[in-house]
Amino acid sequence: MQTTLSINGTEHRLDLDTRVTLLDALRDHLGLCGSKKGCDHGQCGACTVLVGGRRINACLTLAVMHDGDEITTVEGLAEGADGGLSPLQRAFITHDGFQCGYCTPGQLCSATGMLGELAEGWPSHASADLDGNYELSQEELSERMSGNICRCSCYPGINAAIRDAAGAEGRK
Amino acid sequence: MYAFEFERPGSLDAAVKALQEEDAQALGGGQTLIPTLKQRLAMPSKLVSLKGIAELQGIAQEGDVLKVGGGSTHGAVARETKGIFAGLSLMASKIGDPAVRNRGTMGGSLANNDPAACYPAALMATRGTVVTNTREIAAEEYFQGLFTTALEEGEIITSIRFPLPEKSNYQKFEQPASRFPLVGVFVAKYGDRVGVGVTGASEDGVFAWKEAEEALAGNFAPEAVDDLWVSAEGMMSDLHGTAEYRAHLVKVMTKRAVAAAE
Repeated sequence: MQTTLSINGTEHRLDLDTRVTLLDALRDHLGLCGSKKGCDHGQCGACTVLVGGRRINACLTLAVMHDGDEITTVEGLAEGADGGLSPLQRAFITHDGFQCGYCTPGQLCSATGMLGELAEGWPSHASADLDGNYELSQEELSERMSGNICRCSCYPGINAAIRDAAGAEGRK
Repeated sequence: MYAFEFERPGSLDAAVKALQEEDAQALGGGQTLIPTLKQRLAMPSKLVSLKGIAELQGIAQEGDVLKVGGGSTHGAVARETKGIFAGLSLMASKIGDPAVRNRGTMGGSLANNDPAACYPAALMATRGTVVTNTREIAAEEYFQGLFTTALEEGEIITSIRFPLPEKSNYQKFEQPASRFPLVGVFVAKYGDRVGVGVTGASEDGVFAWKEAEEALAGNFAPEAVDDLWVSAEGMMSDLHGTAEYRAHLVKVMTKRAVAAAE
């Protein structure tokens, strides 16, 4: 089935079997292997990508469901003409937010989406009120990043990196 | 996955037409259907994506009723009902994780009717209505056992209507890996009645705990259900919890939901 995916600003026209997940399209058909296949059924978050700026599990969606959608993968997070790392990516290095690194692309995409949600004032289950101005307390951060699992348990570094990046963008 | 065709209609009429083919299956956000296909537990001839249909979107208060479009994601329900229907917003905000909530839909969840899904408890407690492309179905007629509903082949949930309660709350005892409720109880208090919807517990799927509804209608306080007894007969039993444990949790979660209702 003919499908056009816009990935990191580049249009890709693909002729795919309807059964190909977005994750397999990225990895096996486009060679974008940054998005990782962990559990392949939506529990680990290693395949998290952004579709229209919203984070989703690429393993739980078919590529043909995304004809015309704007998709951002970890390969597209680096900003600027020189392809420099985003503040969040730099913070992950500064705070050593990984060990084996397998979950990192998903953590980065998810946290990028999460900081966008925060900027738009989306509440979470952990939010005490609805004023749209949420501090990234431990509880907020754990709840908002609950879809991404790190089996090396590098959460202290991951949390510090996300907080650092959030602060650099003017949020607490 | 077994092979299937894929269609993405732009209107409800086109979707209804596409679903007339034998073994065609509607696809909402796919957060349950796609894992099911991967396990080869389903073999549809065609998937009909409901994603691009404007008629299935939108969450709005209409007088004393909340209308939720069948294609509304859990994330949208959580955000857009927060000031209107506290219990439903709370429920939606704890389904799965953020990525799942950005894709999974209320219509999809209710059409699937997993015995441990959250929304059925809210629909049952409020005695809400499922609106389809052909008719309106009351909650008590809609749910017909595990993964079974009153929906006919090719019938599409267009919206869900919840009578807005004065107070409501949802308490689920989570299975921590999946965040599915081992037992979940939704309590909705109205001027003249109280609804108690229980999910995750019974072998027949969601049910209304009518004894508690009567007791709470007279006295909306946790201790009103103290003297009631939930039988373990007909409760689900698995490695996460025995039938007796689930029966016990029904009462505990009901009391917590009443205490927390707002």
